[in-house]
Amino acid sequence: MVGAFIMSALAVDDAFRIHMGILTLILGIGVVVAMRLPAPVEGVAHSAGYMDGPVRVGSILTVFWGIIGFTVGLVAALQLAFPELNFGPWLNFGRIRPLHTSAVIFAFGGTALITTSFYVVQRTTRARLFGGDLAWFVFWGYQLFIALAATGYLLGITQSREYAEPEWYVDLWLTVVWVAYLVVFLGTLLKRKEPHIYVANWFYLAFIVTVALLHVVNNLAVPVSFFGSRSYSLFSGVQDALTQWWYGHNAVGFFLTAGFLGMMYYFLPKQAERPVYSYRLSIIHFWALIFLYIWAGPHHLHYTALPDWAQTLGMVFSIMLWMPSWGGMINGLMTLRGAWDKMRTDPIIRMMVIAVAFYGMSTFEGPVMSIKSVNALSHYTDWTIGHVHSGALGWVGMISFGAIYFLVPRLWGRERLYSLRMVNWHFWLATLGIVVYAAVMWVSGIMQGLMWREYDSQGFLVYSFAESVAAMHPYYVMRAAGGLLYLAGGLVMAFNIAMTIAGRVRTERPMPTPAQLQPAE
Amino acid sequence: MSLIEKHGIIERNASLLLVGSLLVVCIGGLVEITPLFYFQNTIEKVEGMRPYSPLELAGRDIYIREGCYVCHSQMIRPFRDEVERYGNYSLAAESMYDHPFQWGSKRTGPDLARVGGRYSNEWQVQHLTDPRSVVPESIMPSYAFLAKATLDYDTIGGMLQANATVGVPYTQDMIDNASNDLIAQATPDADTSAVADRYPKAVFGDFDGDSQRITEMDALVAYLQMLGTLVDFDSYDAEANYR
Repeated sequence: MVGAFIMSALAVDDAFRIHMGILTLILGIGVVVAMRLPAPVEGVAHSAGYMDGPVRVGSILTVFWGIIGFTVGLVAALQLAFPELNFGPWLNFGRIRPLHTSAVIFAFGGTALITTSFYVVQRTTRARLFGGDLAWFVFWGYQLFIALAATGYLLGITQSREYAEPEWYVDLWLTVVWVAYLVVFLGTLLKRKEPHIYVANWFYLAFIVTVALLHVVNNLAVPVSFFGSRSYSLFSGVQDALTQWWYGHNAVGFFLTAGFLGMMYYFLPKQAERPVYSYRLSIIHFWALIFLYIWAGPHHLHYTALPDWAQTLGMVFSIMLWMPSWGGMINGLMTLRGAWDKMRTDPIIRMMVIAVAFYGMSTFEGPVMSIKSVNALSHYTDWTIGHVHSGALGWVGMISFGAIYFLVPRLWGRERLYSLRMVNWHFWLATLGIVVYAAVMWVSGIMQGLMWREYDSQGFLVYSFAESVAAMHPYYVMRAAGGLLYLAGGLVMAFNIAMTIAGRVRTERPMPTPAQLQPAE
Repeated sequence: MSLIEKHGIIERNASLLLVGSLLVVCIGGLVEITPLFYFQNTIEKVEGMRPYSPLELAGRDIYIREGCYVCHSQMIRPFRDEVERYGNYSLAAESMYDHPFQWGSKRTGPDLARVGGRYSNEWQVQHLTDPRSVVPESIMPSYAFLAKATLDYDTIGGMLQANATVGVPYTQDMIDNASNDLIAQATPDADTSAVADRYPKAVFGDFDGDSQRITEMDALVAYLQMLGTLVDFDSYDAEANYR
């Protein structure tokens, strides 16, 4: 805190001065809160020898960051439809958009991953988290990273590297936190009481290790001053572009896929009360997935100044990647064999199943879009945005909601959720929201791409760029409506979770019970 | 299926699983990224490329700060419609001094790789101040605040120095004169011969129409006005490097 204060005083630019001031404030509040909190009583705070404190706080914060991320997304969507909603300089679209992407990926997704991985690794190894309070350091250290990144965006502190926008000093902090995360996770695996490491942990471990590698290499930069926010990346032009998209695509591949597959491999079988469908398939698709994903980055750079051989390599591996992706989907869906009737009776299972279905859909759409001739049309358009959202809202969002609904009653010792009917409402609001969003973005993205390349019979371009912008307006409005539905679902969840934690149970008509089948005569 | 059974060894050894995963994920990146630094034809040499002048570099930092890359690409693909709309397709060499690159990934607005010289300074300032007054269909936010903000160039020498550290060929002469060059480029009637020598094709003038001070608007417009103008495509020979 004192260090941050001194940095603030010595700062060479205003943004850095304000940012360090914010850091001082956050740390100051943290110290005061920590001193006033009663010392945790061993045994009460930790259920059955497991360390569940960070998991409890994490469940609440996952819901909180989800709401924030969806809300900022809705604001960004509305800004595109109604540009009057830009309030510069702090709330202009150029600063809001990174805030939205980071809030959803790193705040919501990241908190969900850390939270669930801490829960899963303890249950599947029957060991308490390694390192004692180190887990708390990882948890709050990561939250501090989120706070610094978010405030930095609004102040205009950015490296302009998509999904890696925070500047050098925030990156250094995240590196420290991430190494601690690896120590906690790996340490817990090493002191496990089960002979085998469960498949969910393979995915979590690959996610943690690979994200560390990606983060460090992609953020190599030279700061202008140790008392200033600005830095310049080590690489330039072509090499920088490929390094960034090697990172960017694998932020999808390891943060948003491998990590959440780990989540699926624990919570789906638990909720369905069925073992994972195929052990062999999980081995093959794990190694194939992590090997192939890392090659796919260049498909973000088709027809650019990146050498052709790298583009083609990226395309070929992206198409191959379809197979291990669907391996995960098949393993998830087939886990429900013999339990499909639960789709009718259990809205949490339904949520997890639609998540896996969206995972399958977007990992099919992705390889299609990575084909160079398709990408010639889709690149630079809203089709890409639609694709990302069917993955993020459909897969990442839904599987996290399922996990939260599973966790909260268990963590607080409640018999069941406050309301299962509200889970059902959440399910339909969210699903409808995604369908509206994705469908609108397909139509508008393809229309945009076609308008740009439309020639008349005399060989002239038919549309000016401005005309293509005007044509997007109705779609931008409809997209915002889809986002609003999804956010509404999130609010229903927040209420349901809050009530569950408060220990309330809603008196409601039960969900349909399993049908009483007549034996054949 | 003995191979599958051998997998049990990895499943019982967390360190092996860690090292194995790390090795497997390293291969793709090594094969794709490393050669880019060694193959000479990754970036073919092109006449005309030079580092950004101090004012342009300050403008580029504002372009990055405001997140312009979120909606504007700087990468023209080799398609008929793009070349007709935006100009010659982008060359790798044209972003060789870009730390970081600004190719972008989305065209909510048009490509800006060759926007330099297309519009007057007055148009650029008017468009940034109130986009819809010149392009009614535009959904761009207003950047009127840039004209009110005095450019902070205390650290401009350090900015050039940091770029030099990562490989941009700024000479000591350029770094020492950074502050003076910045002022000269944005001040009408200043002696600009030294700047023009150091940074050929640099555009001079009072960009924002406010001659009293140098604003962030000056810097950003100076940057926009040089984008894509360094390579002379009348003399550029696309086939020169064919083998």
